[in-house]
Amino acid sequence: MIQFERFVLSNGLKVLVHEDKSTPMAVVNVLYDVGARDEDPNRTGFAHLFEHLMFGGSVNIPSYDEPLQVAGGENNAFTTNDLTNYYCQLPAENIETAFWLESDRMLSLAFGKKSLDTQRKVVCEEFKEHYINKPYGDVWHKMRELAYTTHPYRWMTIGKELSHIETATLEDVKAFFFKHYTPSNAILVVAGNITVDKVKELAQKWFGPIAAGEKYVRDLPQEPKQTAPRTLEVKANVPLDALYKCWHIYSRTDSRYYTADLIGEILGGGASSRLFQVLVKEKKLFSNIDCYHMGSTDTGLLTIEGKLVKGVNIKDAEAALNEEIKKLQQLGVTDKELEKVKNKTESMMAFEDMTVMNRAASIAMYELLGDADLINKELEMYQAVTAEEIAKECHVIFDENNCNTLYYLAN
Amino acid sequence: MLNRTIAPPIKDAIEFDLQLKPYTFFELDNGVPVYTIDAGTQEVFQMEMVFYAGNFFEQQKLVAGATNFLLKNGTSTKTAFEINEAFEYYGAHCARACYNETAVISLSSLNKCIDKLLPVIKEMITDAVFLEEELATYKQNSKQRLSVNLKKSEFVAARLIDAYVYGESHPYGTYTNPEDIDALNTAQLKDFFKQYYLNGQCVIFVSGKLPANLKEQLNNNFGALSLSKLKSAIPNPVMTPATEKKYRIQNDAEGVQGAIRIARHFPNRHHPDFMKVMVLNTLLGGYFGSRLMSNIREDKGYTYGIHSYVQNHLQPTAWMISTEAGKDVIEATIEEVYKEMKLLREELVDEEELLLVRNYLIGTILGDLDGPFQIMGRWKNLILNNLGEKYFYDSVQTIKTIPAEEIRELAKKYLNPEDFYELIVT
Repeated sequence: MIQFERFVLSNGLKVLVHEDKSTPMAVVNVLYDVGARDEDPNRTGFAHLFEHLMFGGSVNIPSYDEPLQVAGGENNAFTTNDLTNYYCQLPAENIETAFWLESDRMLSLAFGKKSLDTQRKVVCEEFKEHYINKPYGDVWHKMRELAYTTHPYRWMTIGKELSHIETATLEDVKAFFFKHYTPSNAILVVAGNITVDKVKELAQKWFGPIAAGEKYVRDLPQEPKQTAPRTLEVKANVPLDALYKCWHIYSRTDSRYYTADLIGEILGGGASSRLFQVLVKEKKLFSNIDCYHMGSTDTGLLTIEGKLVKGVNIKDAEAALNEEIKKLQQLGVTDKELEKVKNKTESMMAFEDMTVMNRAASIAMYELLGDADLINKELEMYQAVTAEEIAKECHVIFDENNCNTLYYLAN
Repeated sequence: MLNRTIAPPIKDAIEFDLQLKPYTFFELDNGVPVYTIDAGTQEVFQMEMVFYAGNFFEQQKLVAGATNFLLKNGTSTKTAFEINEAFEYYGAHCARACYNETAVISLSSLNKCIDKLLPVIKEMITDAVFLEEELATYKQNSKQRLSVNLKKSEFVAARLIDAYVYGESHPYGTYTNPEDIDALNTAQLKDFFKQYYLNGQCVIFVSGKLPANLKEQLNNNFGALSLSKLKSAIPNPVMTPATEKKYRIQNDAEGVQGAIRIARHFPNRHHPDFMKVMVLNTLLGGYFGSRLMSNIREDKGYTYGIHSYVQNHLQPTAWMISTEAGKDVIEATIEEVYKEMKLLREELVDEEELLLVRNYLIGTILGDLDGPFQIMGRWKNLILNNLGEKYFYDSVQTIKTIPAEEIRELAKKYLNPEDFYELIVT
């Protein structure tokens, strides 16, 4: 059971406090409810570029990193298609430093030209390092465009193309900031060796005076139901053929999400999962195969991806994969299998909650989904999934009209 | 009115009294040493069985790694699938990894399942069978993975720089070619298994909120096996470093970035300079605010990240600078690296920057000791390096007190471009 307290400042900032006296440290986690899905289709990669700019100095403090490091702190951040999360950890005695730094950059950035010029270049190098200069690096770029026709999940967090980042202007940056980086669009979680009273006092002192700003109301075009299979064939300079298949699943808050998650585990979670055992070990068609999804807030994709053993025809490999899916649809899941994936989920959750930093981030993300207390309720949701529900969802999800297939072939 | 330009007062991290929670030690009936840390709130534990069975001990490339991997792929009574299921059914995770001196089997699990899982580990380390078919699949998949990795300039750079620094015949410098994978056979693995696992030398680390009968459980499963503690010092093979120091290799003509590795020889943790150089290294490229990051990423935007570090080896090792940079700025990046070395050799680091680095390092250690696994991680590193808690406290003291003059002296001694191997893979 993870305990926390919650209060809201008058400007709309939600604050959650999780006390843990066993550590000398404190974690300050600020989540902004903005991700790549909130971007203009002609200005993609912005949420992530913005994350970089958040370290380029704020209105009253020229450097974010230096004072934090002086206080013995460490920090980082990440951006997804759904959200942007900033976190820092420092000795609990110095926690006010984190309030000072985080509140100033919520108040306003410095918007320096030099910072923008540099970070544009840095992000372009990041783009090259991870998505251009790597074999199979552009798979998700292509797969997202195939699987999503309408929803902004069509593009990756890093952006559709380098030019969107290269041409970003200071005006764009300012507009983005004042639209999304407001108190009412943020969740502050403070965890570790602190007290609720102290956090209340510091939150009021540092974040209280920030103007509420205009609440951003998200109204994204939703993805229409897919009605026919989609396929794409790509040839690239890679040594091995690879197969990717994606099916639309449910939003993170839909009760069927848990069923879909467990289906993924049954098929491809670990070396005793069905796909690994049959397709890698027994039939030797793939050298590796995985089944996963990204836990997206809006409807996500259940994905199966694998690299083929050299010499295997991709049609044969795909047929064998489809056969395994059909088997699951027709015969369902065994009690032992279902028990296994539930046990695994329980264990994974226990390990995830080992560090204060993880707990702080989880609390923020569950609060974003609607209620931080989900952190304590999710295990029950998984435990409640039945074999019948799995059988039913296997038919819904693995409908061929819901399927997107990418052949990524060696030149 | 709140004045946001003034930083709140802080307690300097160097004033913190860092404590490394002591371990509990016992030996199994056969003398195998066990170190434990009992802490945390979740009912989980992590066990690592460290065997002296790394690639230092193999006669032929890859034998140590393949043996370690295939421990989990079949015993006389269980198939690979059944072994995997035995762990996964309880939501547990059993991993194996092979390093240079050591090879590890690790188990992470909920406490309530420990009695179901230790017997499976016992079976793996006493009764692994190394079937031809399992090895064939392993070989095929290793070759496929290698073919993908060889397309990545950073992978190629990492193996080549080690080969230049240590020599290809040294365990730290050796790397895999497809024909090495082809040459593996089950007889070699069975021999290696017999000598280094069945009759191996081993040490066990367990951390978490530990079950009360842990010692009994470990003894019941492992205490009667013909395992022992480490009997003699680990060998220190001769290095055969390359004579040529500068390399430009083309791996992928279409690539848009190149991988840079710049490295020099460096002593191991037993050398008196080692812990002092950790401070110098942090200044140079060991944290986000380092000289290399500030200049090459944050000022010039040549790269997404640039880092320096001393490789984590037990024996004499290498000090490495590593980055990926755009092709058009790659030579300029190297030039800037040498400029930063020169500055550290010639100019005293000012007290403000030095205090920042001290605070940062102490804060990192403080934060890193979050939970039983991390505390054990520290201890494991000390113990495997044959160091005690004194080393930990001396390191902390060094971070707090090393003067700027001494840092400059170390830079003069170690940061001379002519001592560095330099490699670009594009």
